[in-house]
Amino acid sequence: MIYGAGVDVGSTQTKAVILSEDRRIVGRSLIDTGANVSKAAERAFVKALEDAGLPREAVGYVVGTGYGRYKVTFGDAQVTEITCHARGAQYLYPATRTVIDMGGQDTKAIKVGPDGSVLDFSMNDKCAAGTGRFLMAAADVTGLSLGEIGERALLAKNPVRLTSVCTVFVESDIMSYLAQKKTIEDILGGVHKAIATRTMSLIRRVGVEEEVTFTGGVSKNIAMVRGLEAVLGVPVNVSPEGHYMGALGAALFALERAMAAERVLEAKEA
Amino acid sequence: MPAEVKERQYQGKVHQLSRDMMNAWMAQLARANETGEPTGAIMISGNCVELLRAFDIHPIFPEVTALQNAIRHQSLPLILKAEEVGYSSDNCAYVKADMGLFLSGGMGPGTKMPYPTVTLCNYVGCNVYVKWFEHLAAATGSELFMLDVPFLRTSEPTAADVRYVVKQIEELIAVLERISKKKFDIDKLREILAYSARAEEGYARSKDLCKGSPAPFDSFFDAINMMGPINVLRGTREAADFFDEAVKEFEGMVAEGVGPLSEERFRMVVEGPPPYPYYRSFRNLFTKWGAVAVASTYSTVGGIWEWGFRHDPARPLESIAEQMLTENLTNRSIVARYGQIKRYVEEWKADCLVIHSIKSCRLFSAGQGDMREYFTKELGVPTLLVESDLEDPRYYAEAQLRNRIDAFFESLEHKKLVAA
Repeated sequence: MIYGAGVDVGSTQTKAVILSEDRRIVGRSLIDTGANVSKAAERAFVKALEDAGLPREAVGYVVGTGYGRYKVTFGDAQVTEITCHARGAQYLYPATRTVIDMGGQDTKAIKVGPDGSVLDFSMNDKCAAGTGRFLMAAADVTGLSLGEIGERALLAKNPVRLTSVCTVFVESDIMSYLAQKKTIEDILGGVHKAIATRTMSLIRRVGVEEEVTFTGGVSKNIAMVRGLEAVLGVPVNVSPEGHYMGALGAALFALERAMAAERVLEAKEA
Repeated sequence: MPAEVKERQYQGKVHQLSRDMMNAWMAQLARANETGEPTGAIMISGNCVELLRAFDIHPIFPEVTALQNAIRHQSLPLILKAEEVGYSSDNCAYVKADMGLFLSGGMGPGTKMPYPTVTLCNYVGCNVYVKWFEHLAAATGSELFMLDVPFLRTSEPTAADVRYVVKQIEELIAVLERISKKKFDIDKLREILAYSARAEEGYARSKDLCKGSPAPFDSFFDAINMMGPINVLRGTREAADFFDEAVKEFEGMVAEGVGPLSEERFRMVVEGPPPYPYYRSFRNLFTKWGAVAVASTYSTVGGIWEWGFRHDPARPLESIAEQMLTENLTNRSIVARYGQIKRYVEEWKADCLVIHSIKSCRLFSAGQGDMREYFTKELGVPTLLVESDLEDPRYYAEAQLRNRIDAFFESLEHKKLVAA
């Protein structure tokens, strides 16, 4: 059996996925990246191997992706997460033409070809406004966990209007709304709406083409899913694998290359 | 995975000559500082350096000082100095680096440079330039001459525009006569302009050679070495000779079929200036993909010579005025810039356009989002927009730049594979 692995070293979390040659996920892991990026990559890979019950040498090819892709020192190749998310999304939802990837520091809108290749992409600039980090700041100041804020935001009756999506200023903005006795639900409703609106301007740059698939850690947030659907006016695909999409795409590339290498070997032997 | 492309570390005669000539220019300025010979501060954009030369006034280019400080990783303390006295973080970082230098009591990158005798603001399309030179004149106690060059509103300058600029040049000549204590000699100016025209011809010919594949040099990264001779030293015999040498060297490379990299995989057009504080790192991000700039807009900031315009010794003042009005990148509309880039993409057979947007230059960066849209959607030219700064290292985030550049070339590579 041939296996390929993808390790996605993100700014906040590191994800690893191992695929068998029938393109089934046989192992995965998710850990906090922390300060040592190389160690995070190694730990995530080892955990995914344990999850799959495989020895390291069973994996024929490893592709690193994410910001820390060059720190996947045991990897055979590096591919950007933009290319990997496109590939992963197209694998799970073959009709995908637009991918929205929302991670800890970046939001990306990716236009995808029928074969999962990247036709165009657009990202937030150096500023992390309106990304997962913004939601983390909002969760911190409201005393909720990241997992809770989406559900609470859905209960908003009159979402507040945030003046900016600056991750630095969001805390003081929220404090000021709390002082005005706005409900946490309305504040969080406003937070999600603000991000969705900002994301829409990124998506417009590449153009909205159905189907739209939402990936990245923030895709687990139900209010963000609904918020994006509201601004887009179309439903979006969300997979339970959304958080692993970069690693999944990387693993697909790795598997292809492992299988190609195997074919070359077989041809030589023949 | 294809093998990684390496820079050939191409450091030909052109690079060495350019360095030597710029060092000689700096040494001249240092001498002028001691002897008290007159100097003139002037802008690169569509400059009229020939007029200063006609009076033996040594030209100083504050923009060049700023970029030289940036390349030497010395710009940030200067920028911070300017911010201390109230310049905003949004102001042009070139201005701040230079004003920081003056405010710290110095002038010049490393070498001591004289304060200008005359501060000649020859480009007013950017009002930051106007304020910069006003402040520079006040800080250095030099005489300010504001040469008002109307922004180009039509494809060609009107006769009235040319007359208006020529009239001001005549006024400037009177000022330069007084400052230099030398009588204006039109024959000397004609001779200087003949050297200019010869350098312009050589620069244009060099760039034309990049139409072939592989291009003999990188028309963005290596062109920097030609921008000193064409913008700063234009009008000298040395600059004209430099371009004769450059053409010879590049023709030799074309005959050998070699370019600046071990392999030319992608041909790009680059819009915008480089991030000087991280010039080498930025270049490396493209090198590994085998991406070579076959044309760039930044290399035309002082003058556009590719379409045949030359200074004309037979019409000295008029041709200087025409060059300032129309034959340079900055005094033209963004639509004219679109047209320039479109010709580059088509005639230089480029695969893509890369826009490097400058955070602290809102004037020149405004409209680049639309430019991306136009080239991507209307012309089908794959376009990458990245952002940092030409002078302020705080705006350079390498991980983010690498991510965008890698993803862009990954997709281009895929398209090439599919097309093959």
